[in-house]
Amino acid sequence: MTVETADWETFVHGADIGVRGFGDQPAAAFAHAAMALTSVTTDPAGVRGTVHVDFCCEEPSLEFLLLEWLNRLVYETATQGLLFGRFDVAINDNRLTAQAWGEPIDTQRHEPAVEVKGATMTELKVEQRPDRRWVAQCVVDV
Amino acid sequence: MQGNWERIGNEAWRLAPRDAMRVPAIVYASAALLAGMEDKVEVQLRNVASLPGIVTAAYGMPDAHWGYGFPIGGVAAFDPDQGGIISAGGVGYDISCGVRLIRTGLTAGDLERNKEALADVLAREIPAGMGSRGRVHLSPGELDAMLAGGARWAVESGYGMAEDLERTEERGRMAAADPAAVSPQAKHRQRDEMGTLGSGNHYLEVQRVERVFDRNAAAAMGLAEEEVVVSIHCGSRGLGHQIGTEFLKEMALRASEFRIGLPDRELACAPLRSELGMRYLGAMRAGINCALANRQILTHLLRGAFRQVFPQAGLQVVYDVSHNTCKEERHRVDGRETTLFVHRKGATRAFGPGHPKLPEEFRESGQPVIIGGTMGTASWVLAGTAASESLAFSSACHGAGRSMSRHQATKAWSGRQLIDELKAQGILIRSPSLRGVAEEAPGAYKDVDEVARVTEASGLARRVARLVPRVCVKG
Repeated sequence: MTVETADWETFVHGADIGVRGFGDQPAAAFAHAAMALTSVTTDPAGVRGTVHVDFCCEEPSLEFLLLEWLNRLVYETATQGLLFGRFDVAINDNRLTAQAWGEPIDTQRHEPAVEVKGATMTELKVEQRPDRRWVAQCVVDV
Repeated sequence: MQGNWERIGNEAWRLAPRDAMRVPAIVYASAALLAGMEDKVEVQLRNVASLPGIVTAAYGMPDAHWGYGFPIGGVAAFDPDQGGIISAGGVGYDISCGVRLIRTGLTAGDLERNKEALADVLAREIPAGMGSRGRVHLSPGELDAMLAGGARWAVESGYGMAEDLERTEERGRMAAADPAAVSPQAKHRQRDEMGTLGSGNHYLEVQRVERVFDRNAAAAMGLAEEEVVVSIHCGSRGLGHQIGTEFLKEMALRASEFRIGLPDRELACAPLRSELGMRYLGAMRAGINCALANRQILTHLLRGAFRQVFPQAGLQVVYDVSHNTCKEERHRVDGRETTLFVHRKGATRAFGPGHPKLPEEFRESGQPVIIGGTMGTASWVLAGTAASESLAFSSACHGAGRSMSRHQATKAWSGRQLIDELKAQGILIRSPSLRGVAEEAPGAYKDVDEVARVTEASGLARRVARLVPRVCVKG
C-alpha cells in the first residue's frame, strides 16, 4: 500500500490501482478520493486551478455516488482534456454537488503517466470506521 | 492458487463443481504457472462457473490473472436456451482491445540502417499517451457509421486497403452492432480519439522475426526469420470504457430484477434474452467496431510514417485479433451443435484449421493468434488448433500478464534508466511519459515465453514465430 498523504492514498490492485480518500464526513472523503484519482496520473500539487467545473449527481447509495463522482471526473478529463487538483464537495441524501478546479493537460509539465479510463466497483466502499473517519475507495481502470 | 486442483491432462487442471458452481473450472497452465496465479483467480473462476446458462466449464488460460469480475485470461460460454447471460464484466472495459500484426517487407538489416529516423517519425505520427488527440474528428453521423461499419467504414473512408479487411476478425465489421445503444457520453468521449494508441500497456512496436517454429504456418502468414513486422496493441479507447462503465452499473443495479445473485458486483450481467442483455450486446458490438476502426486508422498512419523513411516498404496486415469480446458462435456441447455466446476476457479467439470463418490462406494453418509481450522481451505468433475447440471453445492466451504492480515497478526502475538500458540492447523507446515507461518495465511482467510454451503444450494453439522488439512507441 502506498500512503501519499494523511487524507488520501493509492493502493495496489493487480494491473490497476485503487484510490482512497478519508474525511470526517463522506463529502471530505469523496474530495480526497478525487485527489487520489488525480495522483494516478500526475502529482496533484502540480495542477493549477485556472478553470473550474460544476458537478451534480444523485445515486441510490453512497457507493454508487462515489462511482458516479469519480467517473464524471474521468469523463471531464477525457472530453475536455482537464486535470483537477482541488475539490469542493457537498453531499445530501445521496445527492452530490461539487466544484473541481484544474487546468488543461500540459504534457511537458504534468508528464501524465497513465490515463484513468474509469472507476470500477472493485473494492468499492464508502464506510465509517471505528475511529469515526469516513473512507471512500475503489479501484480505477488504467 | 492453493485450491484442490486435479491434473486432467498435459498442463490442464480441473476444479470440481461445488457450492453454487454449475460447471467445473478448468485452467491450462504448468504447475509453476498455476501455483503463481493469485487465489483471487480461483475465486473468480468459481464465481463465473456459478452464472446462469454457463456450459461445459469456466476456463482460465495460461496467462490468467485477477481481473474485474471475470479473471483476465478467462473464457466462458453461455447458452441463451438455458437462461444464459451476457456480462459487461465478462467482456471487460476496453472492449475489443486487441493486436494487429503487420508485415513490412523489410529485413532487419534494412531497419537497423535507419532505425533512429523511423523511431522519431513514428513518435511524431502516431498519437500516443494521455492528452493526445487523433487527426480524425467525426461528426455524430460519421461516428454512428463508424460504430456500425468498423474497419470496413475506415477503409471506405480512405484509411487503408480492402485487402486489410480480409485479414481482420469478422472481416473488419462486427455484424448487428447497434450505435443507438451507445450513449451520447460514450460517443462524445470518442469524438477526438480515433486513430490514437492510448496509454497504459498499449503500444506500437517494430519487431524482428527472431525465430520461426512452424514453417508452413509462418509461410501462410507471410512470416520469415529476419523480417520486420509491426504490432499495434490498443482497443476501443474512451468509447469502450464508457460503454462498459455505464452497462456494468445498470446491470449491477438491476441484478435483483433478474434474480441473479452476484457474489461480486463486477460480475454484473443480464439474461441474453432480456432488453438490457440485447441492448448491451448491440452496444458492445459497436465497441468492437470502434476498436477495429481505430486499429485500421492507426495502420493507415503507420503506412504514412514508414513511407517517409522506407519508401520501398510494403505494409500488409497479417491478422487482427481482439481479446475482450463476447461473440455468438456455434460450438459442440454434449455432441450437439449449439449457439453460444462466448466471453473471452483477455483471451484470443483461436479457430483451428478448416474453420469456415477463417480467410482461405489460414484454412490449413489455423487462425493467427498474436500474443503481446513487453518492450524488452518478446511477442509471439501462434496458430489455432483443431483441439482448441473442445479444450476451450477455440480460445488461447493473449499476453504475459503483470507480475508486479505499477507502483512496485516505479520503485524498482526509472523510466530514463530503462530507456538507456534498452537502447544499449538496440531497442529504441519513444514515449511521452518517463513514469509510464517505468510502470511498463519488462521486469514487471510474467515470462511470455513460458506462457507461449504452455499454450502449445496444452494444445490450445501452437507456436509459429517469436518476435523481438526493435522500436517501441509507448502510450
